[in-house]
Amino acid sequence: MKLKTLVWREIFERKNQLATSFFAILLGITAIVAIKNVTFYSEKAVAKELDALGANILILPKSVSLQDYYSADMQGEVFPEEYVDRLTGSGLQGMDNLSPKLSVPVEVAGKRFTLTGILPKNEFQAKAAWQGAGVFARPQGCGVVVDVPGKDTPPAKETLVRKRVIDTLDSAETLVGADVQAALNLKQGDTIHLLGKSFTVSAVLPQTGTVDDSRIFAHLHTVQPLAGKGSVVNAIEIVGCCEQISKGLVQKINALLPEAKVVTVTQVVDTQIKTNQMMSKLSLVFLGIIALVGGASIANYMYANVFERRREIGTLMALGAGSRIVVKMFLLKAMLLGLVGGVAGYVLGTLAAVILGPRLAGVPVLPMIWLLPAALVIALLVCLGASYFPARRAARLDPSAALQES
Amino acid sequence: MLKLQSVSKDYSLRGQTVRALDDVTLEIERGDFVSVVGPSGSGKSTLLLVLGGMLSPASGQVLVEGESLYDLGPEARASLRKKKIGFVFQTFNLVPYLTAVENVQIPLFLAGVDEANQRKRAAELLDRVGLADRLHHKPSELSVGQQQRVALARMLANDPAVILADEPTGNLDPDTARAALDFLQEMNQEDRTIVMVTHDMAAAKRAKRSLRLAQGRVCDHTPADGYGESSAFLELSSGEV
Repeated sequence: MKLKTLVWREIFERKNQLATSFFAILLGITAIVAIKNVTFYSEKAVAKELDALGANILILPKSVSLQDYYSADMQGEVFPEEYVDRLTGSGLQGMDNLSPKLSVPVEVAGKRFTLTGILPKNEFQAKAAWQGAGVFARPQGCGVVVDVPGKDTPPAKETLVRKRVIDTLDSAETLVGADVQAALNLKQGDTIHLLGKSFTVSAVLPQTGTVDDSRIFAHLHTVQPLAGKGSVVNAIEIVGCCEQISKGLVQKINALLPEAKVVTVTQVVDTQIKTNQMMSKLSLVFLGIIALVGGASIANYMYANVFERRREIGTLMALGAGSRIVVKMFLLKAMLLGLVGGVAGYVLGTLAAVILGPRLAGVPVLPMIWLLPAALVIALLVCLGASYFPARRAARLDPSAALQES
Repeated sequence: MLKLQSVSKDYSLRGQTVRALDDVTLEIERGDFVSVVGPSGSGKSTLLLVLGGMLSPASGQVLVEGESLYDLGPEARASLRKKKIGFVFQTFNLVPYLTAVENVQIPLFLAGVDEANQRKRAAELLDRVGLADRLHHKPSELSVGQQQRVALARMLANDPAVILADEPTGNLDPDTARAALDFLQEMNQEDRTIVMVTHDMAAAKRAKRSLRLAQGRVCDHTPADGYGESSAFLELSSGEV
């Protein structure tokens, strides 16, 4: 005979009475695990979508109003390229890629296109000050899947479409959008004349369905003198880490560049942030419900159990049981309830998330093992917390009164 | 062995105070077998609970082998009960969801005996009371007499020096009652001190001494027939008639 034998036998003797409390804790833990599991994969999916979208923060001249995200740099208004220095030197966390742009209209073979000057990555790395800031030295993606293993990696120049930045670009090189290529029947290695300068087509970009398809990209420092505008840009695109955006990256950039306008892909980011916040709140609500309903149910059951067993407790005391062993007896029972409820809740919650997640949230959901210890801790805290006072009452029972009630 | 010095105990019932024990003084020596008789409500069970360290008196002292029981804390009192006192209840008070052997193991478990020795000792005790073939039966699967025998085996588990029995034959048929009393006498012959509360005069006569309680006072003491040679001595309370 051990204490656990005594507790285990009693649980099975009165299992029907325990069922309600067990289901309260089981359902609570199931709900929390399922929500947390689906939320995690939902956040991951949205973050992946954001990553696929490319830049999600734009820095524009103050006077510009944003009509179309993809043509934001075609407004004619400019600001100094020096803003890029300020950003890279700021040490702000959460900026994965920076892409300053200067766009000017050009006409080729009687057709109008946009010549966009961009700064390749090697230009950043060439500048000692920017290297010190280490914008591109930091790991990119903030946990977002940047490169999907098993998928073909696009040619280096074509990363511009997805990552909004390319590694290298010579002063006489161009990248042409899909519409430009189709209109001018260009292919890699052809020569194109723009604003009086000859460029070599080093890559044709894949179709994006945006205004980028009508662009011809060249080195920013080549386009600036051709446009006759000096060291200025129309816009800076930033691939911001979604998590950092929710923590106020935009406000920090605003503070850094008060003369500029900072905008985000608000609908996407806001939806993501709101969804995350809503799910977090929902988890908290469930945590509150489980603590209240589950806790109240367990406390109620335990008080009833103490009342029902007062004669048995009195007998144990007559046989020499001290108050500590009586408290242990009830707390061990609560612990078993918490352990079984926690594990079963984790299993059910995970199953619910894996089965219902794809249908409700439209994302694939996998089991998350770290939710098991979390579920156990919550279940144990609720069960032990709710059982403490009933256990104390049992330990303070007057054994003589309990024995005389026959 | 057991000594009560001017012990009084009151109960409060519906706003009225009822005196269950009234200035009781008595001494019970080692190896004595005392029956306590009296009408219902005379304080017999209260006396037993006070002697067992389960009910603090309003005033007075209870000494067990010279140690003042109620000067000890609750945990120390529980520990003393565990080592020296065995209870027998009228309704047996077996734990319903445990088997006979497990019920007998309880005092051994509380005393910290390891599981193997618990089982061995419990089986021996059940064998002694004639229940070797009922070790794994639950109380509901045993007759009333068998349940009482399990309770007696449980009472003996920690080899108590003092046995406090509350109406041990109250629920038993005459044959089973006789067997239970035989068993208590056997325990007494092993030099255990027994205090037995009973309504049954025939059972009371099996004790060495009989003590009558009325309205919380010890009002008579009679050497029971056949046990008059006992050296036990009862000091009567101030309420002696």
